[in-house]
Amino acid sequence: MSTSFIGKTVKTIHEALKNQVITCTQLIEQHFSHIQAVDPQVKAFLSLMKDQALEQAAKQDALFKQGSETRPLAGIPIAIKDNLCIQGSKTTCGSKILEHFVAPYTATVIEKIKASGLIALGKTNLDEFAMGSSTENSAFFATKNPWNTDYVPGGSSGGSAAAVASGQAVLALGSDTGGSIRQPAALCGISGMKPTYGRVSRYGLVAFASSLDQVGPFAQSVEDIALLLNAICGHDSHDSTSSTEAVPDFTQALTPSVQGLKIGVPTQLLSDTVDPAVKAAFVRALDTLKAQGATWDTFDMNELEACVSTYYILAPAEASANLSRFDGVRYGHRNTQAQGLHDMMALSRGEGFGPEVKRRILLGTYVLSSGYYDAYYAKAQQARTLVKHHFSQAFKQFDVIATPTSPSLPFKLGEHSENPLSMYLADIATIPVNLAGLPGLSIPCGFHEGLPIGFQLIGKHFDEATLLKTGHTYQTVTDYHLQRAPLCQ
Amino acid sequence: MSVNNDSIFEVVIGLEVHAQLKTKTKLFCGCSTAFGSLPNSHTCPVCLGMPGALPVLNKQAVTMAIQAGHALNCDIQTESVFARKNYFYPDLPKGYQISQFDKPICLNGHLDITVNGETKTIGVTRIHMEEDAGKLLHQGADAIAGATHSLVDLNRACVPLIEIVSEPDLRSAEEARIYMETLKITLEHLGVCDGNLEEGSLRADANISLRKKGDTKLGTRTEIKNLNSFKSVERAILAEVERQTESLLAGKPIVQQTRHFDDATQKTRVLRSKENAHDYRYFSDPDLLPLVLDKAFITSIKEAMPELPMDRKKRFMTQFGLSDADSMTLISDIDMLHYFETVVQNQPSDLAKELSKWVIGDLNALLKQRYVAFADCKVSPSHLQELVNLIQQGTLSGKMAKTVLQDMVDTGKTPKDLVAQSGLAQISDSSQLQSIVDSLLDANLDVIEKVKAGKTNAADFLMGQVMKQTKGQAKPDLVRQLLLESIAKR
Repeated sequence: MSTSFIGKTVKTIHEALKNQVITCTQLIEQHFSHIQAVDPQVKAFLSLMKDQALEQAAKQDALFKQGSETRPLAGIPIAIKDNLCIQGSKTTCGSKILEHFVAPYTATVIEKIKASGLIALGKTNLDEFAMGSSTENSAFFATKNPWNTDYVPGGSSGGSAAAVASGQAVLALGSDTGGSIRQPAALCGISGMKPTYGRVSRYGLVAFASSLDQVGPFAQSVEDIALLLNAICGHDSHDSTSSTEAVPDFTQALTPSVQGLKIGVPTQLLSDTVDPAVKAAFVRALDTLKAQGATWDTFDMNELEACVSTYYILAPAEASANLSRFDGVRYGHRNTQAQGLHDMMALSRGEGFGPEVKRRILLGTYVLSSGYYDAYYAKAQQARTLVKHHFSQAFKQFDVIATPTSPSLPFKLGEHSENPLSMYLADIATIPVNLAGLPGLSIPCGFHEGLPIGFQLIGKHFDEATLLKTGHTYQTVTDYHLQRAPLCQ
Repeated sequence: MSVNNDSIFEVVIGLEVHAQLKTKTKLFCGCSTAFGSLPNSHTCPVCLGMPGALPVLNKQAVTMAIQAGHALNCDIQTESVFARKNYFYPDLPKGYQISQFDKPICLNGHLDITVNGETKTIGVTRIHMEEDAGKLLHQGADAIAGATHSLVDLNRACVPLIEIVSEPDLRSAEEARIYMETLKITLEHLGVCDGNLEEGSLRADANISLRKKGDTKLGTRTEIKNLNSFKSVERAILAEVERQTESLLAGKPIVQQTRHFDDATQKTRVLRSKENAHDYRYFSDPDLLPLVLDKAFITSIKEAMPELPMDRKKRFMTQFGLSDADSMTLISDIDMLHYFETVVQNQPSDLAKELSKWVIGDLNALLKQRYVAFADCKVSPSHLQELVNLIQQGTLSGKMAKTVLQDMVDTGKTPKDLVAQSGLAQISDSSQLQSIVDSLLDANLDVIEKVKAGKTNAADFLMGQVMKQTKGQAKPDLVRQLLLESIAKR
């Protein structure tokens, strides 16, 4: 029996593979065994790709044997949120409407991770079409928090976050439209980043809200985040919104130094809207960075609450159009009893979409309707411009902005299901970052009653490096990121 | 019932013309735009509306839209925006059409048309870019009504279109037809649209209203959708004007409606009324950034514009002495025009004039009879030049050349080969003809007397005899000359 590499970081595993302490095939088999052992409790995966993974591992082993493999991520197992297309594999988006949909093409970001030698283990659970903050909105089942399975892992990328937190995968890809990477990272006690809008290609990411969606990494440490970021960023000619901005080597930012770094904190996120335990952990984190040479100060961000309303107009508006293609005509669920075209479409959609998705389609359709457009959609666009402006003003004063990732502690399954609006507020600190298209990093900063707490660092456009540097510095002097969930054994 | 409404109502028409751009690939993906391929063979995740697929704008389509804008004297916008037009239909894969809405690429243009010899300027409100939808093939019936099911072909989905919206400046069905014809010619000349109406490359929606003569306020309009020939534009408008006139004369106000023109009944019928109008919920497409154009790019396209058809028409009239009608014929048929340009290229002006007559006249007629397009014409430009040379050298008479041309059209052979093959060359050798004349005069002494007595038309008999003996190949002027000279000598 080979040494277990479950719950280890990329660097450790890479060394072991390179020095042939373990073969890639053994590594992948260890992870599938672990999945078999713990996923019945965590329920992170919707589907597994064991055959393909082992096939790829065998090829990888040949390369390691030759000694010709130098790619830092080669052979590392990764979990993929099930809204990213992989040709020949099911891509369900956690929805009944795509329950049997097999993608006919592969997302650019998946091509990129393959090119870096990463091995996809399977597709992870999510709130249906990435709409939600708990992964309870999956049409198939809810994912549990590996720290305590009575609690939600956050969402919508809850499957990916829980997979990494429970050691079922070393890395994971998620997507973040209003906090869907950062919030579950915080709730699961791991690191997660939403890169700057345009950094990572969206081609092959099933769209929720196109102007806000961004693919990003989950990992146990900021170091690993940097490695995965290196693999996935860059311009893609298939995505008109992908940026041509040069991509630095993000690992170069991993020097532990925040000397002179100016951190801004929105006053509103030190108020009573934030849970006292969260606030305490957050302030401790700020002081830790201060002890390393940074300074922090507060500033007013009055738009914060308006951000949530703005988001819940813009995101559903875009979603209402993005989800129109699921009409039962070409693929996806189709009602076969319908008597005519209109009925076929209406019944297929009615049966295929879950309640949260329907709620947002209705909301989005309403705010774009003639007579309401100006009052809602147009006004929300103006508000979005204001938010962007306010951030750029703040960044004249500060190098990074820090907030608690989520104002509240992890909640139990079913806790918010009667009142969806109360869950919308869980995204108050993450939504503004998507509205402004900025990069945001969530890292663990404490525990409360055995459940993790995270805080968020927000950077200037395309300045992921400063976030990584700050986060890495924090992780060199703290050990929250080294703690493993009980199910990660 | 026919109503003479001329004295009561003024007809006000605006046309929205959809023209398919002649790009190699689709507007937002790399699929081919070729017509007539197997259903769904030119498709990919993008134009199939697969989950996660994203549009990327075709630069050639943008260039062509700008060319059209320049030709129609528009202001090309340095920033335009693509929006989503939301509606459900099985031929619309994404559930929305990507189309420019409140910020189109071209604004404020105009097009001059010629109506009964008079030039009239028609305002062009805007030109915007959009993608086409797919095609439904209804099974079990000719139309959707009665069909058991429909098949979807998405080859046409995402093919680039421009929609050219005119001001309500057209005042009759005829003007509307001429406007659309002029538009077609213009776009064809630019090479941005193949103008193929049968394949749907050009389609029009007509907005029609009536108002009392002298009124300045527009009447309530109806819109007739999807008119795909010049004839249907004219007929649909005539039918709708008649319907509206009767309605107004009967005291019934016009209801704002979208209507359909039925070719079989030559009448329009209602598709939907205003209350049932779609709410398309337009909003800017977040998958596409605003289209920002460099002024230098816009200018460079303007500088590289080909000669516009109406300018070319004028040039032909002065350069080749063509009539207005012939010149119009020439620019109206792009294939003939290209043929003509090759034929007259580098030819001296006399010859060019002669060649132009043959192209527009006989060759055009022969091809039309045979339903052959100029692009498929077997007579190569150099062969036609050769034919005209043979006439000018006196080898062929005009009449003989027509016969030879017919064979050229059918066989593709050179005129020289055909002349040699049929022994058709004109006899212009006077010594050869002199001996025929001499023996003929010897046998017809009485005719000589008649001619000498002043009955010159008696010589026509002799002419006919020479032509008969030479199977019509003798050069007539030469025969007449030889006959008169020989008679005088006797």
